[in-house]
Amino acid sequence: MASKVQVPAKTQTTSQGFLYSALILGWLVPGAGHVLTGRWVRGLLLFISIASMFWLGLAMQGKLYVPNTGDVLDMLGFAGDLGNGLFYALGRIFDLGHGAVQIATADYGTKFVVVAGLLNFISAVDAHNLRIGRKV
Amino acid sequence: MFAPSHFSAVLLFATFASVVFGITQRSTPKAMIHYGLYCWSMFVGVVVVASWVMWLIRR
Repeated sequence: MASKVQVPAKTQTTSQGFLYSALILGWLVPGAGHVLTGRWVRGLLLFISIASMFWLGLAMQGKLYVPNTGDVLDMLGFAGDLGNGLFYALGRIFDLGHGAVQIATADYGTKFVVVAGLLNFISAVDAHNLRIGRKV
Repeated sequence: MFAPSHFSAVLLFATFASVVFGITQRSTPKAMIHYGLYCWSMFVGVVVVASWVMWLIRR
């Protein structure tokens, strides 16, 4: 899938400070990287979408993967879940995401959580591109 | 506990994913909306078509 994002000929830093702040902040809190670059509406929409996806996934009795060295798919699931940043940490702290499965859509919930993390990775990278001026 | 129907889950998934794709893959607000709507219709459209294909295979 070809991206139609406008890319300047030469990357230029648009702001001072730590270069990766938008990337890290965007990873920890969905949309926060965009807010940091002054895109409030985009940041809010990203936060609503990713947060809703994560928490609805848990509400659907989705599973939170833990660090493991077992099945490859479990390791990939953990990598995806990590993308949720602080949400994942909150889920682990409050011991969420491993209840007994009672509904058929629980597997969808697990996918919601993983995809929310993957979408947040994309969002954080987009915020980083805005921060360094690679995207306008 | 939240227990949506399978189709409701598809609609939610398509909506959230399309918002993120639209914002991150395009630069202007107009292009973001167009691309988001395109992604949403593709998500839902493919599910509907695949559902009918499975229904036909089952018969």
